[in-house]
Amino acid sequence: MQTENLTEILRQHPFLAGLSDVHMEVLIGCASNVRYAEGAPLIQEGEIANTFYLIRTGRVALETDVNARGKIRIQTVGPGDVLGWSWLISPFRWHFNALAVAEVRAVALDGECLRKKCEKDHDFGYEMLSRFSHVMERRLEATRMQLLDLYTTSPGAHV
Amino acid sequence: MKHETIQPPAAPGEGLRLHTVTVKKVIWETDDTFTLQIDLGEMGETFSFLPGQFNMLYVFGLGEAAISISSDASQGGMLAHTIHRVGTVTTGLAQMKRGDVIGLRGPFGTAWPITAARGKDVCIVAGGIGLAPLRPVMYAMLRERTAFERIILLYGARSPLDLLYRVELEEWAKEHNVEVLVTVDRGDSSWKGYIGVVTSLFSYLKLDARATVGYVCGPETMMKYTIDEMERRGLAEDQIYLSMERNMKCAVGFCGHCQYGPEFICKDGPVFTLPRIRHLLDKKEL
Amino acid sequence: MYIIDSTELHNLMEELIKRGYLLIGPTVRSGAIVLESIRTVDDLPRGFGDEQEPSHYSLKRRDDAMLFGFVVGPVSWKKFLYPPRLTMFKATRAGKSFTIAPEGTDKNRKLAFIGVRPCEVSGILMQDQVFTGGKYVDRAYKAARDNAFIVAVNCTVTGGNCFCASMGTGPGATRGFDIALTEVLGGGKHYFVASAGTPRGEEVLGAVTQREATEPESRSALDAVARAAESLTKRMDIRELPQLLKDNFENPRWDDVAKRCLACTNCTMVCPTCFCSTVEDATDLTGMHAERSRRWDSCFTLDFTKVAGGNIRPSIRARYRQWLTHKLSNWMDQFGTLGCVGCGRCITWCPSGIDITAEVDAIRGNSVHA
Repeated sequence: MQTENLTEILRQHPFLAGLSDVHMEVLIGCASNVRYAEGAPLIQEGEIANTFYLIRTGRVALETDVNARGKIRIQTVGPGDVLGWSWLISPFRWHFNALAVAEVRAVALDGECLRKKCEKDHDFGYEMLSRFSHVMERRLEATRMQLLDLYTTSPGAHV
Repeated sequence: MKHETIQPPAAPGEGLRLHTVTVKKVIWETDDTFTLQIDLGEMGETFSFLPGQFNMLYVFGLGEAAISISSDASQGGMLAHTIHRVGTVTTGLAQMKRGDVIGLRGPFGTAWPITAARGKDVCIVAGGIGLAPLRPVMYAMLRERTAFERIILLYGARSPLDLLYRVELEEWAKEHNVEVLVTVDRGDSSWKGYIGVVTSLFSYLKLDARATVGYVCGPETMMKYTIDEMERRGLAEDQIYLSMERNMKCAVGFCGHCQYGPEFICKDGPVFTLPRIRHLLDKKEL
Repeated sequence: MYIIDSTELHNLMEELIKRGYLLIGPTVRSGAIVLESIRTVDDLPRGFGDEQEPSHYSLKRRDDAMLFGFVVGPVSWKKFLYPPRLTMFKATRAGKSFTIAPEGTDKNRKLAFIGVRPCEVSGILMQDQVFTGGKYVDRAYKAARDNAFIVAVNCTVTGGNCFCASMGTGPGATRGFDIALTEVLGGGKHYFVASAGTPRGEEVLGAVTQREATEPESRSALDAVARAAESLTKRMDIRELPQLLKDNFENPRWDDVAKRCLACTNCTMVCPTCFCSTVEDATDLTGMHAERSRRWDSCFTLDFTKVAGGNIRPSIRARYRQWLTHKLSNWMDQFGTLGCVGCGRCITWCPSGIDITAEVDAIRGNSVHA
């Protein structure tokens, strides 16, 4: 893939909105275009976490195996979303499985490559961390709402 | 204030008289939610309702429950209510079979202002059984599909097994140009749709905020998050409508149970414009 | 203005009985002055007064023979227009179906209320607004109300918990009555200055007395009422009250009153304007007959705001706040007036002696603007 194309693609993704040209240059060195067919795994629970994905099209389901209940899917991410931040936080291992439930096109960013660049350029590192904090905060908020299990006390019947 | 919700006229004394009607069909939508199709009989000649309104359904000897009407308002004579079995009366209703008789009085309450949405995009957000009072709106809009621009339905439920009207959801998407996005709180490995809170679906939409009207119905917490999300995306507060719920006994503003601040949900609601009640939404134990 | 001597008051009562009215009036029973059916002047609490303070009520003997020398007891006229229990319909199974027979309203039942205090007249007018002033009309209430003849008696004595003047509802009545009386006792004389407020009031009054009041007699009556107004010890500060309560949803005073309030519902039972109700459905043992009845309810009960899977107001704090805010703020949005008449009953009959006027003062005192 030509770098210019990738830059264009990256510019379109909401996660990188407003990223300076300088920082984009830094980032692009760790980026590559990826594609997953429906059903293909992106992430395996327990393995070393070394990638994060900027999803462009399609849908990824986060899944985990619950003893006696089988595989439970607890989240999906779609176009414009970010998948994976375990690469940021030691011990850098995945906590769930993720697979494409509809054909996925994404940009994969190499975790180790990014970590090195963050170490070297703290401005860039701060930029990455503050963007991720924002994503995590929104994800936490959404997860909390899921935890509330709101639909078990549904409106419509009053007695 | 523009975009007032519609207050249908009532004859004095009406609303207090209970009629008997016959159950025509019972459809179990999920393991605890069912739809009663009702033959209005004689009452059908004069009964009409607007989307968003509710009836009081009576089970002989058990009492009444306030249930939103979930059928097509243009279909005279036949009425449907989707009911969550959760208490004494709804359990009584859940035991009804074809040919059984229940009591009915209504319709009550304010309606979704469909006229305000003409020529605009409509974004309907439903949570759980909140889809039931919104289904009549969908029917009304699809009957005049070209009067509306985009029609978007964001629908969230607990799990795939809790989804209502699955066949119709597909039909609306495939045949009526409705953008239907369905999400669940959790799914199993056979679920390929979205998983997550209904508000997360907004990130997959590009809304033209100034030309969009929002109708929201679901658990209060879910509605608050949805309103935040809609406003974050630029919808003005007077473009947003929601349906509220409280304990109801009389449905005519006499018993006092349904008060929500100064509003009687039975007659000032259940559909409200956001500006009218937003100062009440954050009050705990109101 | 006309004069009815105290020895002629029975003529008024008999005139009403002749016209088919059942008289309801104050009488002494079980250590209190309650409202019951009465027939003659002898049933009235001649020579009795009442002492009222927060959580305190007692009868006392006056040193004169005043017929209406007391204020209000635990019973309000609400009981007769809006009964504590009312059957709404009876239903009977018929195969798979059932028939419903709504309870009729007795259009022939006519009640004459003797001795309605001005605050109570206001209370009746407020309930008129609730039950007949809106989109739906409560037929049973309307039937009872249309047939209710009101003989108001202006207050010339006041109670320790009364605050009618600050609510604009007393101690003299200005409207809402068929006949209004002011009792004058002194200088060897005992009479009532009477005026009519409606055509039918005029008719009845005309059949009872033709004697016009002299200027001194009229003035005695007005002075007596004016003195009563001055003798009031409580007042409600109603300045911008609806907005004050809207702005103080989280005022710390609510925590304070929550410690004292038992949610016993006494206040809502004795209040002349409280109107909340619930319905009860029951069957007989055979299951063939069902009955639905309406009964008084109270926003203080735990179940009042039960919804699927929970309760909107589980704490007493929230329930007290709801009651006060409804009465003194939401009521204005709903009906165009404040919902309190200043009769003081809630203060008298509260076992904790919670004083609604003091609560408003306290909230105003540490008010936070929204």
